[in-house]
This record gives sequence, C-alpha cells and structure tokens, in this order.
Amino acid sequence: MTLRFVLLGALLVLAVMPALNRLPADSALHVSDFLISITGKWITYAILALAIDLAWGYAGILSLGHGAFFTLGGYAIGMHLMRLIGTRGVYGHPTLPDFMVFLGYKELPWYWLGFDSFPYALFMAMAVPGLLALVVGYLAFRSRITGVYLSIITQAMTYALMLAFFRNDMGFGGNNGFTDFKELLGMSLNTANARAVLFYASLVLLVVAFFLCTRVAQSKLGRVLVAIRDAESRVRFLGYDVTQHKLFVFVLSAVLAGLAGALYVPQVGIINPGEFSPGNSIEAVIWVAVGGRGTLVGAVLGAFSVNALKTWLTTVAPDLWLFALGGLFVAVTLFLPRGLIGLFSKAKS
Amino acid sequence: MSGGSGNPVLYLDGVSVVFDGFKALNNLSLFVEPGELRAIIGPNGAGKTTMMDVITGKTRPTEGTVRFHQHDLTKLDEATIANLGIGRKFQKPTMFDALTVFENLELALKAPRGPFACLRWILTGEARRKIEGVMEEVGLGARAHDRAGVLSHGQRQWLEIGMLLMQDPELLLVDEPVAGMTDQETEHTAALLVRIAGARSVVVVEHDLEFVRALGSKVTVLCEGTMLSEGSIDHVQSDPRVIEVYLGR
Amino acid sequence: MTALILRIALLLLLALPARAQDAFIAALPGLAGGFSDIAASVDRLGALGDPRALPLLRALQEGKLQKTPDGRLLLPEGAGTADAVTGQPADVAGAEAVRLNNRVRQALRGALGRLQLVSPDPAQRGAAAEAIFRGRSAEDVPLLQAAIAREQIPAVRAKMELALAAAQLVAPDEAAKRDAIARLGAAGSVEARALLIEARTANPSLAAAIDVSIATIEKQLQIRRMAETLFQGLSLGSVLLLAALGLAVTFGVMGVINMAHGEFVMLGAYATFVVQELCRGTSWLVPWALPLAVPAAFLVTAAAGALLERGLIRHLYGRPLETLLMTFGVGMILQQAVRVAFGAQNREVLSPSWMQGTLTLPGGVAVTQNRLWIIFFGLAVLAMVFAAIRLTRFGLEMRAVVQNRRIAATMGIRTGRVDAMTFAFGSGLAGLAGVALSQIDNVSPNLGTGYIIDSFMVVVFGGVGSLAGTLVGALTLGVVNKMLEPWAGAVLAKVFVLVAIMLFIQRRPKGIFALKGRAAES
Repeated sequence: MTLRFVLLGALLVLAVMPALNRLPADSALHVSDFLISITGKWITYAILALAIDLAWGYAGILSLGHGAFFTLGGYAIGMHLMRLIGTRGVYGHPTLPDFMVFLGYKELPWYWLGFDSFPYALFMAMAVPGLLALVVGYLAFRSRITGVYLSIITQAMTYALMLAFFRNDMGFGGNNGFTDFKELLGMSLNTANARAVLFYASLVLLVVAFFLCTRVAQSKLGRVLVAIRDAESRVRFLGYDVTQHKLFVFVLSAVLAGLAGALYVPQVGIINPGEFSPGNSIEAVIWVAVGGRGTLVGAVLGAFSVNALKTWLTTVAPDLWLFALGGLFVAVTLFLPRGLIGLFSKAKS
Repeated sequence: MSGGSGNPVLYLDGVSVVFDGFKALNNLSLFVEPGELRAIIGPNGAGKTTMMDVITGKTRPTEGTVRFHQHDLTKLDEATIANLGIGRKFQKPTMFDALTVFENLELALKAPRGPFACLRWILTGEARRKIEGVMEEVGLGARAHDRAGVLSHGQRQWLEIGMLLMQDPELLLVDEPVAGMTDQETEHTAALLVRIAGARSVVVVEHDLEFVRALGSKVTVLCEGTMLSEGSIDHVQSDPRVIEVYLGR
Repeated sequence: MTALILRIALLLLLALPARAQDAFIAALPGLAGGFSDIAASVDRLGALGDPRALPLLRALQEGKLQKTPDGRLLLPEGAGTADAVTGQPADVAGAEAVRLNNRVRQALRGALGRLQLVSPDPAQRGAAAEAIFRGRSAEDVPLLQAAIAREQIPAVRAKMELALAAAQLVAPDEAAKRDAIARLGAAGSVEARALLIEARTANPSLAAAIDVSIATIEKQLQIRRMAETLFQGLSLGSVLLLAALGLAVTFGVMGVINMAHGEFVMLGAYATFVVQELCRGTSWLVPWALPLAVPAAFLVTAAAGALLERGLIRHLYGRPLETLLMTFGVGMILQQAVRVAFGAQNREVLSPSWMQGTLTLPGGVAVTQNRLWIIFFGLAVLAMVFAAIRLTRFGLEMRAVVQNRRIAATMGIRTGRVDAMTFAFGSGLAGLAGVALSQIDNVSPNLGTGYIIDSFMVVVFGGVGSLAGTLVGALTLGVVNKMLEPWAGAVLAKVFVLVAIMLFIQRRPKGIFALKGRAAES
C-alpha cells in the first residue's frame, strides 16, 4: 500500500519536471535542462530494466545481450533522424547522410529505404529487435540452451553485432555511428519543447510498459514463466511447450528494449556501435539485480538509483565509479539477492 | 501373460536404452490395459526410472517400440506426450516452490497451454471448484495459499499427486509415491490410487512391498533393464528368480 | 748433386700450389695501371675465385688500396700497411690511393659478388648467390657450378642452384635452358616465377615448358599459402587453447562460471611485465625474465583465484547466474585496479632474443619464432593439465568431489580445500595464458576482455568437461577464423565464427565431445 503511494508520488514528481523547467532559472523550484535530459535518459533505462526483468526475473532468461535490442531500436530511429537532416548536412546531399557521401555511396542502400517515414522507423525499432530475439531465442530455446549457456550466447550476439557495426561497409556509419541530428516530427531537437515532448513520451512508455509487464506477470502466463524459471523440465511434463512461452516473453522483452532505445537516441543525440558493447548489457542487468529482480518496481528503482549513483560518482571521483559498479555486482549477489525491494520488505516485516 | 485383450493403452516392445555401452533397458516389453493398475518393482538400477523417462519422452530409446494408443512416443517431445494424456509423478517430488499450492494445481489443470491462452486465462468458478475439490482430496485444503516450498515431504508427495489429478490424464505414471509417508498416509495413498484406476490406467513404481500388496494389482518385476517376472504379488514373491535377485545368490 | 736434386724437389713442391697463385699474382699489376687496366684486372680476379682477392677488392672499393710509384700495391694491415703480394709490412712513402671510375666500380660489384661465393661465411655466400640471381649473366655459370660442388650447407646450396638456373636461362646453351626451366619450376618461389615470366617472351620456343613450370610454381605457392594460413590458425588456436584451458577446469570441471577469467589472463601478462622490470637491473637475468615469469604468473593468478573462490564464489555454489554476475563485477574491479596501479596505456613486454625472428621451414614456409614457441607452450600446458587431472592425487580428489561431493567428503577428502585448489589451478592456467599473450598482444588493462567470449565459445564448442574437446575446439576455431580472414576480413570472420558456433550448438547442444548418459543429465 505504502509502496503504491511512493510510486504514485514519484510519478507525479516526474510528470511535473518539464513544467518546472519552464520556471525562471532563479526560482527555487527550477529544474535545469541537464536534469531534464538526464532524467529522460534514465526513464528509457528504466524501460530497458523492465524488459530485462520480465525475461530474467520471471522466466529466468538471463540475457546479457539486451543492450543489442536497445541499440538496434536506437539505430532504427537514428536512421530516421539521419534522413531528416537532408541538405543541412556538411555535404548538403539531399538524400545521402554525410558519412555515405564521405564513403562514396552513390545511392541509399536498400535497407535505408523507407526510413524517411517516422511510423516506419518506429515500426522497425520494434520489429528488428523482435525478429532478432525471435531467431536467436528460437534457436537457443529449441535446443534447450538455458542458464549461463544462454547468457553467453546472448553476450556473443551483442559482441558480434558490435564488431559488425564497427565496419564502415555495413552502411551504419562505422565507429562514428549517427549524430548531429536536427529534428524529429517537425520539432527542432535542441529546444526545451522537444526535450519536454521526448521526456513525456518516455514517461508514458514507462507507465504503459509497467502495466503491460504487470499484466503478464499477474496472468497465468506469469505463473507459467515462474514455473519455467524454477523447474523447466517439470513444466514440460505438465504439457506446456516451454519454447513457445520463453519465446513469447523474450520477444516481448526485446521489443520493449527496442522502443526504449528508440526514445533514448533522440534524447542523447548520438548512437554508435559502442552501445552494443557487452559491458553495457551486463550493466543493465545489474540495475535489475540492485533494484530486485522478479519485482517490476524493483527494476525501475534499480535503473534510477544505479544511474543516479553513476552520474554523481563519475563527476566527483571518476576513478572510483568502476570500483563501485564492480562492488555493486559482488554486494548485490552475495548480500542482497532480492535487491533494494527485498530490503524494504524485510524492514516492513 | 503379455498381450491380453485387444488394445493396450501403453505398449512397449523390445525397448533398449544404451548409455555409453551401459544397457539401462534391455529388450523390455510391457503392456498396460485400459483402466489397469500395475505395480512395478525391482532392485536399484533395474531401469524403472529409465522406463518412465522413455515413456514420457525425456530419454529416447536406442531401439524398440513405445506406443500410447496409436501414437509413437519415441518421436514426440515431453509436452506433447503430456498433452496426449500421460501424467507423471517424479520420484523426488518436484513442483514450483515459488508458487502457492493453489497456483501449482491451477498450472496442472487441463486447459489450453499456449502463451496467449495463458495470458488471457481467467479462473472460472468451475475451475476453482475443481481445484478446491482436488485440494480436499489430497488433504491440502487448509494450505491453499501457502507456497509449495514450505510444505513437508509428505505434503509435497500429495501435492504432486494432486497435480497429476488436475491434468486428468488417461495414463498415470507414479514413481515411488509413498516414500517419506507415515503408515496411515501410505494406506490413504493406496486407496486413492485404487480408486483412480478403473477410470484410467495407473503404473506405480514402488519399493515398499506392503504398499504394493495393498494395491492388489498385477506386479511386474524388473531387473537389469528387462522383465524378470509378472503376475500377482504372491506369484512373483514365490518366483525363485525374483527371490534370487532380492536375496542375493 | 744432392743439393741440386733437393733444390729441384723444393721447387716442384712450391710450384703445385703456386700455379693458382701465379694467376692471382699475375692479375695484380693491372691494378696499378690506368682505369681500363684496373677494370680488366678486377674482372680477372673476380673470375678466378681465389679467396685472397676478396680483401684486396674490398680495399679497392673502399679507396684504401694504395700503389707506390714503382707499381707495388699496398693493403692496410692493422695500423700500418702490407705489400699485397708478399704480405710483408711496407713503407707508405710516396704511395697514393688507387682511384676508381664508374666502369671500375661496376666491375668491382660483379667481381665482389662472385668472390663472396667462396667466402668462409655462409651468410655471405648466400647473399652472393642472391645477388647473382638478381644480376645474372651467362659468365656466372661455371663459377656457380664450382661453388655448388663445394657447398656443404643445403640452404645456401639451394640459393646457388636457383641462381645457376637463372644464369643458365640467359646463357646460349638450349639444353641447359630446358633443364633450368624445370629446376626453377621445382624451386617454387615468387622470384622464380617472375624469372620464368620474363624468360617466356625472350624464348618463344620454350614457352610450353615454361608454362608447365609456372603452373607448378603456382601450385606450390598455393600450398605454401595454405601452410602459412594453417600455421597462423594453429597459432591463434594455441592462444585460444591457453585462454580456454583454465576455463576448462573452472567451468568445465567445476561448473563455476568465472567471468573474471579474462582479467586473470590480464594479471598474468602484468606479472610478466613486473618480472621483466625486476630483472632489468641484473643483465644476466634479462634473457631469463620470460621463463621466470611463467611460475610467477601462475602463482599470482592462482593465489588470486584461491582468494576469489574462498572469499566469494563458494557462497554462490549452485547459483550459476549469480556467480556469473558476481565474477563479472570482480573482473571490473581487477581491471580498474590495474588501470589505477599501472596506468591505462599499453606496457611493453620484450621477447627474449631466442624467441625473436622468423624461421623458414622446408618449402619456404615462414613462421615467426615467438608464435611457434606459443604453440609448443600451449601443448605443454595442455599436457600438464591432463597429467594433473589424470595422474595426480590432487586430480583424483578433484574428480571425486566433482562427481559426488558428499561421498568424497565421507571418504575424508576435504572438499573445501579441493574446491579452492581446483579453482586456483584453473586461475593459474589463466596466468600462463597471460604470459603467452604478453608476447603477441598489447599488455593493457582490458587485455582479457577480447579473449573471454572466444574462450567460452571454445569450451562450449568442444564440449564442457572434455580436455580433448577444448584442444580440438580451440584449434578448429583458430584455423577456421584464419581461413575465413582473407576471404571475409578479420571482423566478419569473427562474426561468422560466432554465428556458426550458435548454429552448431543447435545440432550438438553439448559440444563435439559430449558426455553421454546419466552424467550428462545433471
């Protein structure tokens, strides 16, 4: 009960933040541009955390490659943003992005077609991660690759994607990726207005994702997933096709991650293959672990708290951050298996 | 004694399973009639659990025929076999510890099993009554909302039998159901299995000869992966080969 | 009478070696003459093949040969000068240096090249043969034939024979040409191919024979390229093997997933660096730094492993996903600690002199020595692991604990200690991999991250818990990777291999060397 009030309060605070941003800078309640953009970024991280928690906390699928789904979603929107730059690029080419002109492309590669349309780009931001999850998941789950094996396969997946996207001839800008975006849906990106719109869009997606995940978790499907997590072969002997259930949740989770990435990129203004690095994915997993896996609130809480710690620590003592992050991995797994949420519920009882 | 009348529910013929040169099952044949209650006994390593694994699709036989009605079980996976109507209770009771007794039974309840069906699933009054009925039957009515992880060993055995009943299978494979039960519980279990049989076929693997006697069913003795003797409990107990296997040579 | 006979006998004895000397001495006076005399004289000296002509012509080339007004030649000898004919110390008064023009210089180059063929230094003889090969002329044929007859060292003789074939190609003798073409074909080098292509236009009548030889060379070159690719693949494979062997113990045998394994490899490389720095002060120790680093790196990483197992991992037994995350965090801390302690830049670890350079195997396959050493090192470590697991008491206890912990404990095996030792052993192997990697990769804090995923792939691909699988897996991955590289590029080759492994696991989820039966169920 109290938790619900805290959540509602937090949501309310988030909801008024862009409005407070419009207050004069000397007002006590003024919220800085920096705080708006960083909170907007964290909200997309929280959605990613929800996606990971749904797969890991409920179905026991510890994916170390969710950063890949997130990044693919980001690239899809990034492609749209690149197309929208148009003649404002350095080379001023009407259709080709700068890096393509630089690399001597004569026309757009076929897979870039259609990305001038926002709905298409948004669709691809979901479809590409979803399809990748479907293929990888099908191959892995069908062969009953579980536990750490699955984790390593997914890690290899994001690693392979990183290597591939670093190549110039993939047609995704090589190691520079995409940046210098100008506008989205007719809004110039570097305005308070655009920041507020993207912030609210992220917040709405977070709320929707939260309720969607809650719906799944509280349905019989959620209980089947927990059963799969705890005793996979027993579920088979009850007549459930485990592959189908795992695939459902894995693809759903990948689509959510892709959408989160799609909202992340216009807010941070850059996307490059570094986002595919296995370290990013595993860092996102630790958000969930810190918050408390298997509880959706925990995932969101973890994403916000770890990233707040990161932002603070990397400014006051940059050398310490990696020690702190590594320490979090150790401390959470050894001493706090149920995360911060577990700490709260222990304190309550 | 093999064959019997017309159409057996379960039909194993010449089944062998070889692990790295070790023959866990050796040319085993077994027939179970509709509605029959069958007890299977045998010393450790006789192949009882491997036989269950073969029937439920966990292990593929190296050679031989395994049929459930007209279905070739050697080609199907665990879930499909379970959905054909074969339920299994494991030697070590396994259920979902994080879920409550009620939820465990709800998962076992015969209903569409796909992810979308599960997402849309709504607990109807009829389903609830069925679950509550089974909970009464296995004596867990008072513990409906306790997590399965906190149950005692005997209660876990009961819960697993309850899950088997929820599946409403045509053939039940029950592996050592009374291990860790008190005498009274053992009696209760025997009575329950006898009652269940008739409407469906039940195959019970057990060490406890008193329990097998209480079942009053036909008994098959397995040894070193093959059938040693078959008949009434008195018949097999007087079979010199069985005596030799159990008492040593 | 006796005196007369003695004198004649003495003269005869002296005359036998003196006949060749005569020709040498007879060629000398020209050097004191005009430019054309000097050039003629140099040519004659070059054609004679007398070893004593070498210092003389070198002195001439360097402008240190002097002539006196009476036509004697003086060579620098130690601090002073000596008469070129008698070898006696001589007075330099009035002497002046013999001067050169371009025609003389050209003659000198040719003559010196030929004379080096009789040098006592095999490297010089080889270089001379190569020089003749490049500037070949028909006159070199007899010279080379004589040199080949004398030559004892096969590698030098092969070079001379190649040069002979080249010289014969430009000589008028048709039969010798055909013979040369066949021999060039058999030699199978890039140079021989260029030579044949050149000869093809000059000798239309021999085109068919030349084409056959060129085809032979192409085939040989292809085989050599394949052999070199194979070597590179084996080299990469042995690196993967070293990195994966530790995992084969900790993950394969114990079932503990240690994501800090790559960082242990990195620690091993830094241990090597530290040992090198410690040895730097003592000059006789420097070549031994690397062998000393082997036990040092093993001990450092084994200690780190034992600490990690006792301190942290043992609390997470039976929870592999948590172990994975926890050890990833440990890896992060180790990486950052090394970055703070040693700096983020690459550290240089030198190869001892006996590991440097390249080795040319028969057939012209060039292999770098340090990579060859790493292949041997990898196989040696594999043998050591096999022996440790199969032949020692520790290995027996380790296998017992893995198979049935409770029964092992009741038989008096201290399972906790065995766990710690097994994990320490596997971690120590990572340290050994670090020693090897310090020779071929940059020693930096993130050295290990590049290898960890590949190593896991090796273990999974080969079959968890099987040393033979790890060996085959590592070598296969290495060779396949290198074979794909020229065709797909290094990065895409890696991507292909990763995808191929994922597909392979579809067919054989338990790897190439899968355990079967009940043992595989758990």
